[in-house]
Amino acid sequence: MNVATKPQTVDTEIDGPLYEARRKIYPIAVHGTFRRIKWMLLVITLGIYYLLPFLRWDRGPNAPSQAVLVDLVNGRFYFFFIEIWPQEIYYVTGLLILAALVLFLMNAVAGRLWCGYLCPQTVWTDLFQAIERMVEGDPRQRREKLKHASRAQRAFEAASKHFLWLMVAWWTGGAWVLYFADAPTLTLQLLKGQGPAVAYLWIGILTFTTYVLAGHMREQVCTYMCPWPRIQAALTDEYALNVTYRYDRGEPRGSFKKTEALKREGLPAGDCIDCRQCVSACPTGVDIRLGSQLACIQCGLCIDACDTVMKKVGRPTALIAYDTEMNVQRRIKGQAPITRIFRARTVLYLALIALIGGIMLYTLAARTTESVSVLHDRNPLFVQLSDGSIRNAYTLRIVNKLNQPRRFAISVAGVPDARLEVAGGVSTMVNDQPVVEVGPDQTYELRVLVSTHAKLPANASLPATFTITDVAAGQASTAPDHFKGP
Amino acid sequence: MADIHKPDVDAISGVATTGHEWDGIRELNTPLPRWWLWVFYLTIVWAVGYWIVYPAWPLVSSYTSGVLGWKSRDAVQVQLADLTAQRAVFADKLAAASLEQIESTPELLSFARAQGRAAFANNCAPCHGAGGGGAKGYPNLNDDDWMWGGSLEQIQQTLLHGIRSADPDAHVGDMPAFGRDGILQRPEIVAVADYVRSLSNLPVPAGVTPDLAKGKEVFEANCAACHGADAKGNIELGAPNLTDGIWLYGSGRDSVIATLTNGRGGIMPAWGTRLDPTTIKALTVYVHALGGGQ
Repeated sequence: MNVATKPQTVDTEIDGPLYEARRKIYPIAVHGTFRRIKWMLLVITLGIYYLLPFLRWDRGPNAPSQAVLVDLVNGRFYFFFIEIWPQEIYYVTGLLILAALVLFLMNAVAGRLWCGYLCPQTVWTDLFQAIERMVEGDPRQRREKLKHASRAQRAFEAASKHFLWLMVAWWTGGAWVLYFADAPTLTLQLLKGQGPAVAYLWIGILTFTTYVLAGHMREQVCTYMCPWPRIQAALTDEYALNVTYRYDRGEPRGSFKKTEALKREGLPAGDCIDCRQCVSACPTGVDIRLGSQLACIQCGLCIDACDTVMKKVGRPTALIAYDTEMNVQRRIKGQAPITRIFRARTVLYLALIALIGGIMLYTLAARTTESVSVLHDRNPLFVQLSDGSIRNAYTLRIVNKLNQPRRFAISVAGVPDARLEVAGGVSTMVNDQPVVEVGPDQTYELRVLVSTHAKLPANASLPATFTITDVAAGQASTAPDHFKGP
Repeated sequence: MADIHKPDVDAISGVATTGHEWDGIRELNTPLPRWWLWVFYLTIVWAVGYWIVYPAWPLVSSYTSGVLGWKSRDAVQVQLADLTAQRAVFADKLAAASLEQIESTPELLSFARAQGRAAFANNCAPCHGAGGGGAKGYPNLNDDDWMWGGSLEQIQQTLLHGIRSADPDAHVGDMPAFGRDGILQRPEIVAVADYVRSLSNLPVPAGVTPDLAKGKEVFEANCAACHGADAKGNIELGAPNLTDGIWLYGSGRDSVIATLTNGRGGIMPAWGTRLDPTTIKALTVYVHALGGGQ
């Protein structure tokens, strides 16, 4: 390690340019385990993204039968059997916290698994590059074409590529808007040109961003725009599995012939034949042999590229592999490699994930299908009636989260000789309790008057509890407040 | 790789440093991408265009109005028109429905109450208080005492035509100034005041010996015509119930004597000429629900 020294004056000769022109990267196609995994994940994730809105789920007569739906107009979020109301938006907060913790855990165990395999930027860039290679050929063919192919031929290929990219980008934006309305209906409307303007606007925006980010910006999104590489660098440690060039085995590198000759003479020679296939295959243009670095998204394609070469030259594979810095160091010292997945860091992440997940599952399981909130009238706090009794007024809001209408009986406890009536509006009485009907998936606000003849202490403030009871099914919810007296 | 003669080059990466150092960590002088620079230039161009297109620069007494002539006031007008159009669906239903229909339709009722609450705050709250709690001379709308009747139709009638207003259909009913006009003498007024207070079982101040018999006699001769022989009041004349313990002008002995001496005649404007019928409807429903109506 170099000792930190105070830098001296900056030499303008070695002071590089302030701004760097784009270094265009055309990664070569590779074949192997990680490429297969990536194709598989690409098909699965994009399949879910494009098709999920069409999955049906019966929600009764008043809501669209869609399994996953963000209903902005009515403030509802539907996810299979879960229905989230605006006041339960903390579930989304919980999900975001869980997502962050899972990201930390993935990173502590096996590096940037998210970046390399699941991040939308990676998935769509991969798809766009595949289209590029399909239309214009591998980087080597591209270079040949630049020299030999006719201008018309090249223009046609470029146009086809951009057309295909735009089609994918357009379909990506189109799938997005389907999550916000009944998908089959909206698809028909869009086809007929009768969709809402906001849908076309969002399709336009997402077509543009997908086309620009996945087609043109590519790795620059990962290196310059995304904050995760910076955060990830601070979270990783020597036990984390990362795509690693095993320099203990690869160095000193040299051509195949040279290293073979050195090996025959018993001189130090590494397995790396400096063929640069790992660099050519890298979608972010990284040379993994320089060690772990910011731009590396750890997709494993250099592993596939290297393994292919190693098989050809008859040397053992896994010169580049998922490995830990700790094990590279241990092998250099002649020690056996160790695996340590359970460390303070990973156990803590797991515990936090279990805790947050547990809380969320509990609240999800314990949530009721009805609720009531109560607001006491502040002006006036109480009134005296002509017969001398004292009355307080409250605003109740009853929530019915089921997709059928329900009738609720309203009662109050804690006020002696309380008489409860619904002000304005028509309500029926069941067992001396007023009953109101609340429509499916709706809230109902009503004004309730509670009065009592009982002698109250001076400046009385009695705890009062309001209860709503489903007349048919018997489920009940309560809300506390106070009854004020003179 | 590293050039040992140039100490401002990072020994490991071979990249020049900026010369900045924090706790032994030095910053590599990595160039920014050029597209980033172009995006920056583009934002400058955008800003210049914005100055020209939209109102931007303050002048001495005005501002540059921009070539589009866009005004935030116009934008608000568009939004307001949009809001009116959105509300039109319910507003039309409200205009068509009867008061009873409004109260029996939950969604119409909540719309009417919301509109009524806003209209009440704008027009009624200065006298009746923000929550309709009233004040001396201004009735509390939350209780069950209605001088001019608390049914939906009665409340609407009061709202439309007012009380002792210039409207020909306004409620009228005057409490005579018994003392000022010389109808009753002071001892008679004191006696009837004590009698009336006794109807509500109000406490008698120390040192006072009420002459209830005389009070009853004076009451039957002068007051029973409007307030009724049982003093329960008469909503046709707006004569309040004197037995219910609710006193518009205060229940103190002096207050009651002042009322008898000078008479009372609070005025409520006729709102039918100021507010549209739908707003009156919404206010009626809102006020009706405040105290539970009659």
